[in-house]
This record gives sequence, structure tokens and C-alpha cells, in this order.
Amino acid sequence: MNHYDPVIYSRMLTAITLAFHIIFATIGVGIPMFIALAEWMGIKRKDPHYLLMARRWARGYTITVAVGVVTGTAIGLQLSLLWPSFMQVAGQSIALPLFMETFAFFIEAIFLGIYLYTWNRFKNPMQHFLLLIPVVIGSSGSAFFITCVNAFMNTPRGFNIAENGKLTDIQPLVAMFTASMPTKVAHVLVTAYVTAAFILGAMSAMALLKGRNHVYYKKALKVTMVAGLIFSLATILIGDLSGKYLAAYQPEKLAAGEWHFETERQAPLIVGGVIDREHNIRYALRIPFALSILAHGLPNSEVIGLNETPKELQPPLWIHYMFDLMVSIGMLLFVIGVWFVIAVRKRKRASGDVKPLNKYLLSLIIVGAPLSVLSIEAGWIYTEVGRQPWILVGFMKTAEGATKSGQVDIMLWLFVALYFVLGLSSALILRRMFKNNPAEEELKSLKGV
Amino acid sequence: MSYEILGITVLWIFLYGYLIVASVDFGAGFYSFFSVLTGKRHKIHPIIERYLTPVWEVTNVFLVFFFVGIIGFFPETAYYYGTSLLVPGSIAIILLAVRGVYYVFSQYGNRNNKFYMFLYGVSGLLIPASLSTVLTLSEGGYITETNGVVSLDYHKLFTSGYSWSVVVLAIVSVLYISAMFLSYYAGKAQDEGALHILRRYALFWAIPTILSSLWVFFAIRQHNLEHFNKMVDNAWFFIASFICYAIAVYLVWKPGKLRFSFLFVMLQYFFAFFGYGKSHLPYLLVPYLTVHDHFTNHAMALALIIVFLLGLVVLVPSLYLLLRLFLFDAQYVRGKYSKK
Repeated sequence: MNHYDPVIYSRMLTAITLAFHIIFATIGVGIPMFIALAEWMGIKRKDPHYLLMARRWARGYTITVAVGVVTGTAIGLQLSLLWPSFMQVAGQSIALPLFMETFAFFIEAIFLGIYLYTWNRFKNPMQHFLLLIPVVIGSSGSAFFITCVNAFMNTPRGFNIAENGKLTDIQPLVAMFTASMPTKVAHVLVTAYVTAAFILGAMSAMALLKGRNHVYYKKALKVTMVAGLIFSLATILIGDLSGKYLAAYQPEKLAAGEWHFETERQAPLIVGGVIDREHNIRYALRIPFALSILAHGLPNSEVIGLNETPKELQPPLWIHYMFDLMVSIGMLLFVIGVWFVIAVRKRKRASGDVKPLNKYLLSLIIVGAPLSVLSIEAGWIYTEVGRQPWILVGFMKTAEGATKSGQVDIMLWLFVALYFVLGLSSALILRRMFKNNPAEEELKSLKGV
Repeated sequence: MSYEILGITVLWIFLYGYLIVASVDFGAGFYSFFSVLTGKRHKIHPIIERYLTPVWEVTNVFLVFFFVGIIGFFPETAYYYGTSLLVPGSIAIILLAVRGVYYVFSQYGNRNNKFYMFLYGVSGLLIPASLSTVLTLSEGGYITETNGVVSLDYHKLFTSGYSWSVVVLAIVSVLYISAMFLSYYAGKAQDEGALHILRRYALFWAIPTILSSLWVFFAIRQHNLEHFNKMVDNAWFFIASFICYAIAVYLVWKPGKLRFSFLFVMLQYFFAFFGYGKSHLPYLLVPYLTVHDHFTNHAMALALIIVFLLGLVVLVPSLYLLLRLFLFDAQYVRGKYSKK
């Protein structure tokens, strides 16, 4: 990379902004659901522990929302700054969900502001709880709309290109509801809930592991892990549907991710391994028929191989590692959830909630939090790099969409510095916030507990 | 009204909304930091904090709404502005990020950290300067397109009197609008100590506001005579703006008259902003983009307008609720509710 290439730098800058943003965006989509769950249980069971849970989570949430909002604004503007030609096309065809996303964002912003400052304003606690519903709808809604835009980039529909390059026959709703939209949206939403469950669960697990045996932490761990188990089961089911979608609509992405070169029936699934330039695969585990089952649900079905795609249109083969990482973490989270539920049941039957939880299980829950974020990153890298070299699959190459500006490299370094500082300071602040103000202390100050 | 005029009007209203709420926000951050420097923090900080905390997130959305909307209604703007604004746009993003994040950090995490207050106080004054570049560029003469490559002439941008006049107006307006709003808010809170200081700020910035507005007029005349002539044709907008300005300043100057002062500040900027916008038409970017030639396709325009109207049905009551709870609720404004 001796000479300046705006395409490479634009890709790097977009990748780094998104990689940073999705951590906070995922938390931003997932956590309101859990705040709502805790507050609901607190009101219904008249249990101040759950109400405190909602409060403490909401307080930490403001920090992550701040970073999520500013990085979201950054990626929103960067789309136009770094990919002007792409946005010219997108503006005509996919502006509808983009525009709707700002409304969802608006609603979330307004009601979050109200929610955070009205804990003592309403006589009926239900009214305060109701304020969370627009926050949940807004945050999940913006994930929905923005994923529609991404789905469009994978399966562009709802327009034609005339010979002079102009777009014709534009159908905004067709562009929004494309083939890849349902699986993508569902996958994005449930994985956000799983990640939030593990992040919140890990905080309680950490306290329990340190021997702080307050019942508050046990309750928090139970809510998050049971929800986490349900959502991770949903993730696996939707992940399977995503595989079937890929086989039907983007076979080259599935083939590159699975190192599946020849079109064949009874295709095996390759797990792990390394590949060399001559496509020799070593150290891999081959599961017979599994790819055919993943792709079409039947062991004898035919899976299209990567060799059907011209060389210059093939995605890079290293996305296989991302796919494996994502799937194995997803499976592990499910196993942790199952283990937790079994452990809690056993313990209850044996001794009625006296014995502390197994410390290996607690450690695994703590490790599960960063792993779930890593899995989100790996999944997004797989899906994004898996459609290279296209920015609009079948219509526009990534290189054609990039800016021609001469200063992208300097901007890249500026943003790297920004994200480094933001990431570090938000982590420090969050740590301080929860460490200096443990739940036990806060419970003491509440009356009657 | 044709779709394209409707589209640009909607966007212009949101940009105006951003101008007002962001000015209050940016200026308040700066005054908050300034009060630490001058040792008056205990007097005006509670007022500022009470207003800012529930709204910080909302301000940003007005901006996002505008730039998403303009790509939707006028997709070609992405091509011209996108390429030429890479540097000023990125700087604005970084400033917005630093400000937004450190505001929240100092509010919720590390209270009263002076460095954090410095970061969000000072970035608040630089953001309007970097964002106003867009308005400067729209007058034409700074962006060139040769062989399909759009580029921004930085030398011209930094040496032109017009671009500096816009920057100065943007910064002065932020300080003026914000001080006027906070005076009104302090008056409502019946906080005499804060009111005394904030009124002085408001009256102090009233003079530079009118002077820098005049400077922009003359600078437009130098830079783009055609636009200037159109502004003269629409002179009544600017006369109405000046009258509102005079009333607003009078209401703040005369003790006990604050009740409608901020309404007239809003009207002052409303008339000036719409007068400027109307005379700018049909150009979005002189001479490359006009609202008529570069409007989106019919189907998308219709979809966007329908969504916009449906969105308003949800948005307006929500905003009203926010204002009622935090701006028009005398109990809240006076700090009668316990915190958190």
C-alpha cells in the first residue's frame, strides 16, 4: 500500500466505525428490553430488588447510549462522505427505511430522556413503566429499519437500471422488504438480546464470584440467564434459516464461508481448519451431509459451489474463520444457558437456594459477555466481507461507490484516535459507576429492605 | 405546492429546529464551563443542568433527520456535498462525538470533572463553525467539478470574507440564542441569582448578533450578487426578523418582562432563516444543484412524504410531552422534584 487509494482507506474507515458502533448499538437495542423486564417484574411482584435492577441498568445504559448515538451519527454522515456515488443510488431507492429510522431514533431519544428523569414523578409506577415501551420500540425499530438498508445492499430489488445508468421503476416498499430482510432483522434483534443478557448477567456473576452473596445478584442472574437461554435458542433457529436464505440467494457467500468449491449433493460441512493457496484444507473436521442440511434441510440436496462464481467476483476465503467463530460462540452461549437452568433447578431441590452457584459456571457466564460481543463482530464481518467485491450485489462494485477525495487517510487516523479515546473512557466510567456504588449499598439506602 | 418545494421546506424546518435547540445546547455547555472558570458555577449551573439533561439526545436527532432527509429527497446532494465535505464533515462528527459523550460522562459518570467540562464546553463553540461550512459552500464558488472529480478549494474557503462572516455569525448566534433562552428559563424558575448573570450575557451578545448579521449581508453581496438581489426582493423577511430582535432584546432588558422573550428570539431567527432559504432557491448548490432538477423520483417522494406525515403524528405529541414535563412544568423548572 505505497500509493494512496481512497477505496482501501474508505473501506477501512467504514469498517472501523461500524465495528466500534455495533458494540454500543447492540447493547443499545438489547438493554432496554431487560430494563423493561426488570421494572415489570418489580411492579408485578412488588419487589424493590427488580426496581433497583431497572434503575441501575438504566444508569449504565445512558453511558452506552451516548457513545452509540454519536458513533451512529458518525456512520450516518460517513455513508455520504465516503460513499457518495453509492448514496446517490441509495437515496433514490432505499431512502424510505433510512428516513423511518430517524423517526424511531427520535421516539427512543425523547422517551429515554423522559424515563430517566421521572422516577419520582408519577404516583402510579405503571405510568413510569409505560414510558419504556416507546424506548424499546424505538431502539428495536431503528435496528429493524437500518438492517432493511443492509439487506437491500445484499439483495437489491425494487428498481431497474436503464442503459444510461439512471434508475427507473423505483418501488420503495419492494426495496425495503427484500429476500434477505426477514432473516437478517430477526438475527440482528435476537443476538442483541442475547448479548445484553450476557453483559448484564456477567455483572451479577462477577459479584457472586467475589462472594457478595446478596439475593439481588441471584435474582438478576436468573432473569438475565433464563432470557439469555430463550434468545440463544432463537438465535440458533434463525441462524439455520439464514443459512437456507444464503443457499437460495447468495450461494457465493455461503460457499466461500464453508470452503465449498464444487457444486455437489450430500455436501459436508467443514468446521475449523486452515486453507492454503491451492485450496488444500488441513486440520478441519468434516461433518457429512451437514452443509446440505444447513442449506436446504435435506441431506441429499445440491449445494452450489464457489467455482460457479467467476474468480474476480468471489469473496475472500478467510470469512470461513468468522463464520466458525460466530457459530461456535453462539453454541457455547446456549450451553451456558442450559447449564445455568439445570444448576439452579438442582440447587433448589437439594438445599433451597443456600449453596452458591458453581464457580466454573459463574466464570463461564463472565467470559460469555465479551464472547457474545466478539460473535456479533464476527457475524457482521462474515456478512459484510462475504458480499465483496459488491457494495450493491449485482449492481455496483465497492470501488465504484467510494469517494475520490484525497484526505481519507488522515481522517482514518483521526477517527481511530477518537474511538480509542471514547472506548477507553466509557469503559473506565462504567467501571467506576458500578464499582463505587454496589447494589448492596444502594439497597440499604432504600427504605424497608 | 410542488413535492420538491414541500420537501425542501420540511428539511428547512428541521434545520431551523436544529439551529434553535442546538444553539441552546451548545451555548449552555459553554456557559456551564465558563461559570466554572469565573467561579459562578453554583449560581447558574443548576439551571443549565435541569434543562439540558432530559434533552441532550433529542438535539442530535434533528441533525440526523436533516442529513438523512436531504439524501432522500435530493440524492444528488450526496455526490457533490459528500465528496467535498469529507474533511469539514469529519471534523464536525468528531467534535459532536466528543461533546455528546463527555457531556454524558460528566453528568452521570465522573461528576464535575473540569477537563470533561472543558471538552464539551469548547467543542460546542467549534461545532457551529464547522457545520456552517455547508451553508457557505452552498453559495457556490468553492466547489469545482473537473473530469468527474468534485473537489473543495480550501484556499478560497479560508481566504474569503463570506466564509468568515458565516462562522462569526454562527458562533455569536449560539451564545446569543442560548443566553436568551437561559434567561427566560431562569426567570421561569424564579432564580434571581442566575437570571442576573444570564441576562447580562444575553444583552452583551445582542449587539454582536446584529452586527454579524449585517456583515453576512454585505459579504453575500460581494460573493453572490444574484442571491443578494433576491434577498432584497424578499426584504420583508429580514425587516420582520429585525423587529422581533428588537422586541426580544427589549423584553430581556426591561425587568419582569421575560415571558415571551424567547418566543421573539425564535421568530427573529425564523424570519431570517426562511428569508435566506427562500432567496437561495432554487439552488441547493450554486450552480450544480437545484431543487427542481435534482429531486428524487416520484415514487420515493410520495413514500417519504407519507412516512413524514405519519411520523409527525407520533413525533409532535411526544415532543409536546417532553416540553410539558421539563419546560412548562413550573415544579420541575424550579427544581422541586428529587433527583433521579
